[in-house]
Amino acid sequence: MKNISTASKILSALVFVSMLVALGAVFLYVPMEKVMGDTQRIFYFHVPAAISAFVCFFLVFLGSVQYLRTRETRWDRLALCSAELGVMFGLIVLITGPLWAKPIWGVYWRWEPRLTSMLITFTIYVAYLMIRTHGTRSGQAPRLAAVLGIVAFANVPLVYYSVDLWAAEQQLHPPRNVGLAPEMRYTLWICFAAYALLLVQLLLRRLDLARVEEAVERLRQRRDELADY
Amino acid sequence: MEKLQYLFAAYAAIWIILFAYIMRLQSRAKELGEELERLGADLGSTTPSSTDA
Repeated sequence: MKNISTASKILSALVFVSMLVALGAVFLYVPMEKVMGDTQRIFYFHVPAAISAFVCFFLVFLGSVQYLRTRETRWDRLALCSAELGVMFGLIVLITGPLWAKPIWGVYWRWEPRLTSMLITFTIYVAYLMIRTHGTRSGQAPRLAAVLGIVAFANVPLVYYSVDLWAAEQQLHPPRNVGLAPEMRYTLWICFAAYALLLVQLLLRRLDLARVEEAVERLRQRRDELADY
Repeated sequence: MEKLQYLFAAYAAIWIILFAYIMRLQSRAKELGEELERLGADLGSTTPSSTDA
């Protein structure tokens, strides 16, 4: 237990330091982009948030497939916790995206493929969480949510490749492989690393909490059984 | 320079969302800790026999 606590503290410290380094790189190291100006600095936290959301949605898919195969609670727990984190990262993407778009495109939102598909994906995972929140006592919720967790993942490649699948004239969103100056590339990788550490830290904490939630639920059931007896 | 407000708003939103989520986790952990104590007392024991599945 002491080792777990120490590992958790080390991870927390790593997250803190990596975020500080990422912020330093974004605001002090990387040069200003010539066309978009300082607003382009949103890119360094917007893109890693999107990739983190996709990783979480993949974990929901993995957990859901494994849960339907094995019926082991740990897979369902992984899917649920990842969905919650995916929605949080998705929210960051959907808020920072329009704030980046407004000064560049002149509008906060355009119904173009990347933005629309991301919004749809986000909404599906919110629905997943609603099933889990309001259907926990039915016994069917984990199975139903697992099916949704698998189907919903089909949207993720669609979001990722949407900028290639639709004609460039139909969209203002930048393509996937934008040529970046070395300083910009290094900064982006630093931000990816910081987000990866943050994701691991939050997921581990959320999984711990889910274990306690399950223990409390079991104790509640035991108390109710004893009361009935 | 006038566009800096969007940069500020975006980074403020990121930190607000992250802190709100972390605070929510902490508050839920506290609630569960209190409920565990209550359940322990109800069941005639101070700590549950198992906390993991």
